[in-house]
Amino acid sequence: MSEIINNSSWRLRMGRITAARRMTAAEKWFEIELEDGDLEHEPGQFVQVELFGVGEAPVSVCSSPTRRGRFELTVRAAGRLTTHMQTLKAGDWVGIRGPFGRPFPVKLMIGNDLLLVAGGLGIAPLRSLINYVMDNRREFGKVDILLGCKTPEDMLFGDEVKAWEKRLDVNFSCTVDRGAPDWKGNVGLITSLIPGVTIAPERTFAVVVGPPIMYKFVIAELAAKRVPERQIILSLERHMKCGMGKCGHCQIDHPKNYYCCKDGPTFTYEEVKAASRL
Amino acid sequence: MNYHILKKSGLDGFIRALARKMKVCAPVAKGYGNYAFEEVSSAKDIALSYIPTILPPKKYFMPQRERLLEFDISGEKPAELAVVDAPEMAIFGVHTCDLAGIQCLNMVFSEKPADRNYLRRNEKALIMGLECNGYCDGHASCALVGAHYPNGGYDLFFTDLGDRFIIHVNTQKGEDVAEGLKLPRATPADMAALDKVREEKRRVFQNEIGVDPALLPAIFDRGMEHKVWSELGGRCVSCGNCTNVCPTCYCFDMADTINLDMKTGHRTRTWDSCQLENFAVVAGGENFRKLRAERQRHRYYRKFKYPLEKFYRFFCTGCGRCTRTCMAKISLKETLKALAVGHGGRI
Repeated sequence: MSEIINNSSWRLRMGRITAARRMTAAEKWFEIELEDGDLEHEPGQFVQVELFGVGEAPVSVCSSPTRRGRFELTVRAAGRLTTHMQTLKAGDWVGIRGPFGRPFPVKLMIGNDLLLVAGGLGIAPLRSLINYVMDNRREFGKVDILLGCKTPEDMLFGDEVKAWEKRLDVNFSCTVDRGAPDWKGNVGLITSLIPGVTIAPERTFAVVVGPPIMYKFVIAELAAKRVPERQIILSLERHMKCGMGKCGHCQIDHPKNYYCCKDGPTFTYEEVKAASRL
Repeated sequence: MNYHILKKSGLDGFIRALARKMKVCAPVAKGYGNYAFEEVSSAKDIALSYIPTILPPKKYFMPQRERLLEFDISGEKPAELAVVDAPEMAIFGVHTCDLAGIQCLNMVFSEKPADRNYLRRNEKALIMGLECNGYCDGHASCALVGAHYPNGGYDLFFTDLGDRFIIHVNTQKGEDVAEGLKLPRATPADMAALDKVREEKRRVFQNEIGVDPALLPAIFDRGMEHKVWSELGGRCVSCGNCTNVCPTCYCFDMADTINLDMKTGHRTRTWDSCQLENFAVVAGGENFRKLRAERQRHRYYRKFKYPLEKFYRFFCTGCGRCTRTCMAKISLKETLKALAVGHGGRI
């Protein structure tokens, strides 16, 4: 004898895939339009994507809210649902909950220099901020973008990256762990790019998104540059199942036991430095 | 606030009258010293003197398995419907530790975005507490957290006065029940008897671990690297029993099922446990709490540190279930004592 709850937080918004494109062997890009209007997200937030019968998984929104109407996801085949998502194409429907999570503190960043550092798939959430900054370029000081990936073939958003390289109002550099003989760019870890950036630490916000292992080394470089801890922004990875700070899966081993989905996923380094793992 | 009287001989009539209107659940003896909340039809089914049931009454508000969504994928565009199964029900005989547990979960699930499934079930229930005049057994630590006295969370609250119960009415819903059954009002003599029970309890219930609860936050602040966690990790078998039986544990998992017609399906929520090895694994294989010691530590911090800042209370109600159920004999009281050693916080 079930009753229907119209205001349930578990309800899904129906989203239609308007475009889909394979980016690399493991990653696919999707553009989605919600049936009931705009996603109303902010840079750094994520959504729960439901494939009916398969389940749900959290995915970062990789587009900027300045480009309204539709939003974009970049999905790596990493788990069951994300592997299944690789088969989706334009015209298919998905269920969406969200947006969830604390966004990047874009208002606090106004008037400051930005050092945006992405490793691997970290470029997906960071791209929502990069494009936001591009669309509001006048609000910010110097902008440096550092990008690291395993090989040149793994690089995401290649066309956009080329455009960033050409722009005069951002400094862009990129490095790969290993490149083919014809690769003309940098080879090495992303940390090797940081010493080369001129930083006025008191007026710099460093935003770092990448795999957990990357944080430790990048933060050490930023500390060497004397960037204040509360101006180092990280986006942490955990399994955010409910998105509402309840199911417990994404809690961080930290005296404050943050729920990554609600208290984060973006944190200042000052907030999470006591965590046993980032 | 009103107090009513129910003679013990009248309890059967009381339960039967309620059971005619709705499902009535109460503690029932299951043998081997175990008790469980189950549906009852008369007072003779009920164990009035019981140690905490295997599962706390949270199972009525957050069932082990529940349907959150139903969907239909037969058309071009899928359709979904959020559902809840919330029967009108009464729960009788809830101890103060479990009332406190329900209050903890009420706070969690009403925090925005609210969980309507939990809240709907909760609002449809009539909750009747039952006072413990003495300890259930040596595993309880209700006095440490102040859960040995009633602190709200009920519609009616029963205290045993020998041949009769004195019933505190906390809500209009409770008053309607008491008035409907024409229970007499308590006399000044009854009130004096209740005061005597409470006074006696003050003597019986004492801080069970000899550590001032006001010092626990500081003890936990400095406790992340304490050796007690690796010691617990060496014994824990990651079965998840401690969290399943906990009145304040609410972690869950969800999964989709497609029905045999291959056109419709549903999303189910089930209990989960932070003690299970894959609880904090992300796609790609990284496990953020790989060690049993880390998972046990997490459980204790979820009880004694984190909720204190967020909800101004411990998420431990001292029921002792985690200790009673643990195959590895991990004791909550002993863990807290070990953690406090060297802190100088003993009283």
